[in-house]
Amino acid sequence: MTLRVSIFAAIAAAILLVTVFELMRSRRLQERYALLWLLTGLVVLVLAVWRGLLGRAADITGIAYPPSALFVLASFFITLVLLHYSTVISKLSEQNTILAQRLALLEGRLREAENESEH
Amino acid sequence: MRRGSEGAKPTRLRRLAIVPALNEAGSIESVIREIRAEDLDFEVLVVDDGSSDATAALAEAAGAQVMRLPFNLGIGGAVQTGLQYAREHDFGIAVQIDADGQHDPSQLPQLLAPLVAEEADVVVGSRFLGERNYKAPLVRRIGIRVFAAIVSAVVGQPLTDTSSSFRAFGRRAIAYFARDYPHGFVESVEATVIAARCGLRLKEVPVVMRQRVMGQSSLTLPLSIYYSIKVLVAVFVGIFRRNAYELED
Repeated sequence: MTLRVSIFAAIAAAILLVTVFELMRSRRLQERYALLWLLTGLVVLVLAVWRGLLGRAADITGIAYPPSALFVLASFFITLVLLHYSTVISKLSEQNTILAQRLALLEGRLREAENESEH
Repeated sequence: MRRGSEGAKPTRLRRLAIVPALNEAGSIESVIREIRAEDLDFEVLVVDDGSSDATAALAEAAGAQVMRLPFNLGIGGAVQTGLQYAREHDFGIAVQIDADGQHDPSQLPQLLAPLVAEEADVVVGSRFLGERNYKAPLVRRIGIRVFAAIVSAVVGQPLTDTSSSFRAFGRRAIAYFARDYPHGFVESVEATVIAARCGLRLKEVPVVMRQRVMGQSSLTLPLSIYYSIKVLVAVFVGIFRRNAYELED
């Protein structure tokens, strides 16, 4: 694997880590949604710098060209992040439904109370 | 509501006991009864964090104010709901007491003393000050001490127990935390950092905790590891964060 690929991957991972950190610092990203991104950035950074480990991982998985292994791994983590978001969206939409229902019930009770106090 | 905010006694700060509860039907009544038995003039607010058992009904029957969250928000969201109630109804003091009975309401006077003397804005009941009888697995005790050491270094004040949820908040702390409070589980560590960094005065007092009346701690090992990492990241990022709001006087 050429040194250039390693340097490029390391810089990309570092940019990701710094961006995630800055988003957390400015309160635009909550910790619980940042952890997977941080893990992704750290794994890519470690494998980009520690080229021996990447070579071994490529050997084990039968990937002839080590930089491809880095690419595969990054794709795997991005898939994980997306899957995580799918569960988060599911939960949010569920909670949104519950909120709308509770609000409708509350409005109904409020109207009832208002009507009663008018009579 | 039993007392409107305009009916407050002028000489004494109104006091709210916030009891966040998730499926604590077995212990909630005795906790409310014990708080009342102390006769410290507390209004008891149970924040039901999405229980599927009779917690809310039992709490209401025992004479507490009850707020039912539409779904589980986690302990931080539940506590903040209580603090928002405290702010809206002009309570000068709010304490947080666990619904599982491990906090002993007879120790409320110690917890309140620094607030009443206006020496602190947040008072934490520490399990590691004074008489130590805190019985928990070694790993958990070590974890609590490690967090305390890290947070002490971050806030520049020696603290022994940042994971304790037996806490009292003064007016300034209520006003700040009503707007900015960490959500999710094990929020007290982050809350300590936020409090110190926004200028709230922290103080620890020794408390002795009881064994849980019902059930075990809800934390399993993988969850503990996850929360530990999350809290460590949050504390680290917190060092570089500006306050979300200015402290009000």
